[in-house]
Amino acid sequence: MTVSFLSMQDVAMPNPRSHRNSAFHRLLAVIRELLGNPSSGFGFIVISILLLTALVAPLIAPYDPNVIDLGQTLQAPSAQHWFGTDELGRDILSRIIYGTRISLTIITIVSVIVGPVGLVVGTTAGYFGGWYDTIMMRITDIFLSFPSLILSLAFVAALGAGLENAIIAIGLTAWPPIARLARAETLTFRGADYISASRMQGASPLRIIVKSIMPMCLPSVLVRITLSMATVILTAAGLGFLGLGAQPPLPEWGAMIATGRRYMLDNWWLVAFPGGAILLVSLAFNLLGDGLRDALDPKQR
Amino acid sequence: MGNERLSAFTRQAGTILATLVGLLILTFCIGRLMPVDPVRAIVGEEADQATYEMVAERIGANLPLYQQFIRYMNDLLHGDFGISIRTGQPVINDILHVMPATIELATFAILFGAGIGIPLGILAAVRRNRPVDHVIRFVTLIGHSMPIFWTGMIGLIVFYAVLDLVGGGGRLSDYYIGLVPETTGFLLIDAVLAGDWEVFWDAVNHLLLPASILGYSSMAYITRMTRSFMLDQLNQEYIITARVKGLSKGRTVWHHAFANIRVQLVTIVALAYGSLLEGAVLIETVFSWPGFGQYITNNMLIGDMNAVMTCVLLVGIIFIALNLLSDALYKIFDPRTR
Repeated sequence: MTVSFLSMQDVAMPNPRSHRNSAFHRLLAVIRELLGNPSSGFGFIVISILLLTALVAPLIAPYDPNVIDLGQTLQAPSAQHWFGTDELGRDILSRIIYGTRISLTIITIVSVIVGPVGLVVGTTAGYFGGWYDTIMMRITDIFLSFPSLILSLAFVAALGAGLENAIIAIGLTAWPPIARLARAETLTFRGADYISASRMQGASPLRIIVKSIMPMCLPSVLVRITLSMATVILTAAGLGFLGLGAQPPLPEWGAMIATGRRYMLDNWWLVAFPGGAILLVSLAFNLLGDGLRDALDPKQR
Repeated sequence: MGNERLSAFTRQAGTILATLVGLLILTFCIGRLMPVDPVRAIVGEEADQATYEMVAERIGANLPLYQQFIRYMNDLLHGDFGISIRTGQPVINDILHVMPATIELATFAILFGAGIGIPLGILAAVRRNRPVDHVIRFVTLIGHSMPIFWTGMIGLIVFYAVLDLVGGGGRLSDYYIGLVPETTGFLLIDAVLAGDWEVFWDAVNHLLLPASILGYSSMAYITRMTRSFMLDQLNQEYIITARVKGLSKGRTVWHHAFANIRVQLVTIVALAYGSLLEGAVLIETVFSWPGFGQYITNNMLIGDMNAVMTCVLLVGIIFIALNLLSDALYKIFDPRTR
């Protein structure tokens, strides 16, 4: 108990500079630990490459991803087109490179929706308990009683196909596990001495939840979000494949596979490379999540 | 004691009921949100205003939302799930018709996933943190990270187009379709009943690839859970006792540790079986498998409201039922939880 008390003191230290410094050092330590393990290191590097690629896509893509060249349709991989060309003569490598931007958009928006919503629902339900807790947990149960793809499918069918609606639908289905986790964590902290101490000092429930409970839930929530990004990538690709997510000509990987499907028996590269990209990113998130769990959450080791 | 059990039972029943009502509200909302005018879908584009209003009156489309919801619940209680706009049949008949294909697929998939996943999990636990453990984790994780529709296509390219080892899309080759009378809807069983072994083996041939890909995707979960259950057991003192008194390692693992995790494994496999539905949606599309997954997607794509609502409701009910079933199995077979 003393340990957590001390660490809370540490976070609340008045000097902002040393605070930022220690956070930076902690981040470095975490990254060092991630890189020290081959599997989480692989995940970390792949995700870093994904971020970088999305950032500089126009600089490294050899061709314009949307330019149609009917003289160059369905070319097999060659020195000119490393990953071949599709049925409209577009360079597949360039489309995959630009597709990282779509994947990154999906991941960012979904985590920005899902993290705070899950955290707020979970911590308040766990802290206040009573009927509020019951109602919130019933709602999460209902959402959890669907496989995420089927519920997102239903939401997209209701909202209309398209990338924006796919992102909203995925966000709607991805928060319940996080709320569950945050609630479970909150329940273990709720009775802790430092919470009672701040309550006795007159801190409001809002202050206690935001200042004392949420920071304690953050590591496991972060791990959970990272792991669920693997599912998010797969769900988004699945929606794109079924024609309910990103629409052509957007170079979304799932949609690329869907259009390539018609030609796949003779032109394997149309589906092989975009699918390989999805597999790589999803695998990387799974490995990174496992590594983060070991680094941030030693009690689960 | 009896009183306590009764109150626990009522609490559980209340929870289930609340979840079911919530599920109904959710499906109802999805149905109302859909950009489809239910009246227009019935009367068609050319109908005049009078017909339109008459139909709207009959199906209650002009009532306030809460009354529509009550009507919806009432219809469901009478077993009326609505008429599919696409086929003109009661939705529930359509679903009963496509269900066997999916159950056949999912059952083979889970046999594959659990049949390989459980031994792998045990092996990983016994060889904890050795290279074998890491290889198993990585291989199963790939199955979990693959976009299953993509794996299906690559499988078709390699095993059907190039190697010609398995059948292509669909449940049967074209020239076998309709040869056996449909009694149960389960092709394998129907073929056996009709005594037509050629059809039987053709069906197996078509089932092999989609079922193993679907099973592979569930293997990561099964293996990981098996491994952690086994580790819990292997770290306990009775295992050391068994080893000290001279039992072989294999006997200790299989007769002692494994015997103790069987119940947990059954519950895990039950849950994994349910989540195969998700993969089934995609794999059925790739393999033109005429099952529940394809039925859902087709209806979502064309916006057949009644069919979508019923499918979503059904999936939710299947999941809740599987959860309850796995809890119940736990209580029945594991005396420690009583």
